Amino acid sequence: MKVQDHAQAAAQFIKDEERTDWHDETLWFVRQKRDLAAHGIPEWEQLREWASQIKDHTLSNLSHYLESFEQKAIANGIRVHWAADGEEHNKIVHQIIADHDLKRIVKSKSMLTEECHLNEYLIQKGISVVDTDLGERIVQLRKEAPSHIVLPAIHLKKQDVSDTFHDLLDTEKGNNDPQYLTEAARQHLRDYFIASELAITGVNFAIAETGGFVVCTNEGNADMGAHTANVHIACMGIEKIIPKAEHLGVFLRLLARSATGQPVTTYSSHFHRPREGQEMHLVIVDNGRTRQLGRADFRNSLKCIRCAACFNTCPVYRRSGGHSYHTAVAGPIGSILNPNLDMKANADLPFASTLCGSCSNVCPVKIDIHEQLYKWRQVIVQAGYAPVSKKLGMEGMAAVLSSPALYHFSGKMGRTTLKYAPFLVNNGFNPWYKQRDMPAPPAESFGEWYQKNRS
Amino acid sequence: MKVALFIPCYVDQFYPKAAIATLELLERFGLEVSYPKNQTCCGQPMANSGFEHLTKGCNNLFVENFSGYDYIVCPSGSCVMHIKDHLHTEESETAAQDIRNKVYELTEFLVDVLKIEKLEASFPHKVGLHQSCHGQRGLKLSQMTELMAAPFSKPGHLLSMVKGLELVELDRKDECCGFGGTFCVTEEAVSVKMGKDRVLDHERNGAEYITAGDLSCLMHMEGILKRRGSKVKIIHIAEILNHHLS
Amino acid sequence: MNSRDRILQAAAENQPAQRDLPVIGFERLIRYDEPAVVFEQVLTKIGGQLVRVKNLEEVKKRFAEADQEKFCVDAIDCTEEDRLKIQAWKATDLALLHTLYIRGSFGVAENSAVWVDELAMVNRLLPFICEHLFIVLEEKEIVPTMHHAYQKTDVSRTGFGSFIAGPSKTADIEQSLVIGAHGPRSLTIYLIENDAL
Repeated sequence: MKVQDHAQAAAQFIKDEERTDWHDETLWFVRQKRDLAAHGIPEWEQLREWASQIKDHTLSNLSHYLESFEQKAIANGIRVHWAADGEEHNKIVHQIIADHDLKRIVKSKSMLTEECHLNEYLIQKGISVVDTDLGERIVQLRKEAPSHIVLPAIHLKKQDVSDTFHDLLDTEKGNNDPQYLTEAARQHLRDYFIASELAITGVNFAIAETGGFVVCTNEGNADMGAHTANVHIACMGIEKIIPKAEHLGVFLRLLARSATGQPVTTYSSHFHRPREGQEMHLVIVDNGRTRQLGRADFRNSLKCIRCAACFNTCPVYRRSGGHSYHTAVAGPIGSILNPNLDMKANADLPFASTLCGSCSNVCPVKIDIHEQLYKWRQVIVQAGYAPVSKKLGMEGMAAVLSSPALYHFSGKMGRTTLKYAPFLVNNGFNPWYKQRDMPAPPAESFGEWYQKNRS
Repeated sequence: MKVALFIPCYVDQFYPKAAIATLELLERFGLEVSYPKNQTCCGQPMANSGFEHLTKGCNNLFVENFSGYDYIVCPSGSCVMHIKDHLHTEESETAAQDIRNKVYELTEFLVDVLKIEKLEASFPHKVGLHQSCHGQRGLKLSQMTELMAAPFSKPGHLLSMVKGLELVELDRKDECCGFGGTFCVTEEAVSVKMGKDRVLDHERNGAEYITAGDLSCLMHMEGILKRRGSKVKIIHIAEILNHHLS
Repeated sequence: MNSRDRILQAAAENQPAQRDLPVIGFERLIRYDEPAVVFEQVLTKIGGQLVRVKNLEEVKKRFAEADQEKFCVDAIDCTEEDRLKIQAWKATDLALLHTLYIRGSFGVAENSAVWVDELAMVNRLLPFICEHLFIVLEEKEIVPTMHHAYQKTDVSRTGFGSFIAGPSKTADIEQSLVIGAHGPRSLTIYLIENDAL
């Protein structure tokens, strides 16, 4: 099945203009909440600088920190596994499930498991996983992908949730009250928590110094699963490592404020040792991250703490929706991470941007997102993934623009055509003309005016 | 002070009045301004589309045309930013570096180099100032709302010197208009939606004119305004700063 | 070569040149004249409640007055016998846990978070599965920021600990804030005031 590229999917999304406006305003509101929270911290820009430097330092010593983290984690009683790619990650998780013959599985939000397509893999093995983050559960019930890494159901209106819950959870038809719907989800998922045998969680930060990890939630779902189930599997990308516990002071001050405008998530849970009688596993995943680490222009993308501030500020994301990016991680950060995973499939993403630079300036760890978008464009074209028509157009443009004579001639031709035969330009073949008028052609160019009046 | 005028390709072809206003404005301050007549384009449309490797010809031509000046002034933030970031040539890298250090967008030249404090200009209208992204975030022509930092605006400072001009306050101060180079046609739907939202913000807040430092943004918004049959007009900031009631 | 070795080798080969760690200068950090006041303001804003008390006895009295029909647990300074009992409870035993009283180690003014370790929780599940959570905190144990928090405690000394800030919540349905997601529906901090001089 051919996946639509971003431009096609976005055009489809925008057809419902009212809904696009609603989606755009909702996310802009989240951006504003972030601004308000950041304004409350006079040292905000200093925090970003510290966070950026801590991550830069960590990436430059990644192998060392990974090794010491593993050592400490094992000493804490955590079983550590390593997965080279998504497939291996899924196999490891499945093996643990099979070894213990586990049936009742709950999962709190982990973008890594989305990236590895864990749920789909397990379903094929006859194992179902219940996603417990409310937004994730909603999209799971609707058989959709999340559209935002922090607010998975941001593309849905309460009507949509109400309809789904009515169909599948037997709630009152037409009752759209978020309080009522959340209560229904609480009751529905509580049974799963209480009966759970395995809890799968993500990892927000892994502390090299202590061999522990931190999981942040507002709902408490990660903890509800981790402290009920007898087996806890935490999944992390190699880039989640930070050197010391004290660095959490920097990251936990930036994370929630950047993501939702809250001072901190309700729960910042620090796991160091399994509870008595429990097995705690950690799966450390590469899946292209070491390759990205080796790309000098793009390695900074690994600093990401998955706050989605870049999504909320991006004027393109807000008007095209996460599904237009056809990947687990959408938005600006996705556009610089995904070409590393599959350049051909994701060749469209770095072009889904005007390079406005807003993303780089909300990023709490100062990733130069917009600069990387520009650089990925060069790489993708050099790799041969630009459409042929574009390539020919650009070569033509380059030829004209490097010759003053050709440039002047083409310019005059363009203006003359527009003046005397506008229908040649103002038609369905001209994508500009679809919703915009062409600029009025002046009688003479500036160069011609200058020639007449000044030289 | 030898000053060269760098006029973006589409300004030369489609908005000569803005280029003329830029020239006249600089001459008002007693500057001797040359216009290297073999200039064409900075190469940005190709570079931003991933075809940076095709811009050698443009770069060489640029260095040829613009060497030997004290300042190069241009009424376009994005073109200036492109030159500052990407002008490199194999044969004459020293000349290229020299140019990168001497190229200025118009408002930053007026504020930072000429340090002008008053203008004999008058434009008694309600004006919305669109913050073109590359100029704002790239060249730091004015503070961006993303940062927790002191506000400032070079174009705003200049507009405050224009008699009768009333700057309207927008709902979203610095959102992108959606032009984005070839983005305007490769992602036509998003581009137009962004432009429409931008234009509506200005209309909603009572602007009669939309001004900016980049005619690419203005050309895109004008296309939308005209299609909507709107009374709102676009005007490059140089034309406002050079505007005199005759 | 197994995956572990391949990953570590690839990381070692691909990582960039050394970049130094920054120095976190505490002089750059926000200062509060009255941390407890800020703590209360933030707590209220995020849906929690703060009640000032003179001492722990007052708290114990309130617990005694709580609804005896419901399943209520006071895990503060409980006997060894009670500890073992509470530790043995499984999720099925705790499904109807209504009220929980626990001790918090210290609070953080900037975000009204309270650090609670597993010793204070007695059973890790308690503070998440209860409907209503009450945390006892001493006013003098409120620090300004998270940086101070990590100075104050070594988080690795406890097998599990959590910074708890307010009641559980979600805004996943059209960004409407709903208090009470999967964790407790309410959080009350009993703040033991500093002695009046």
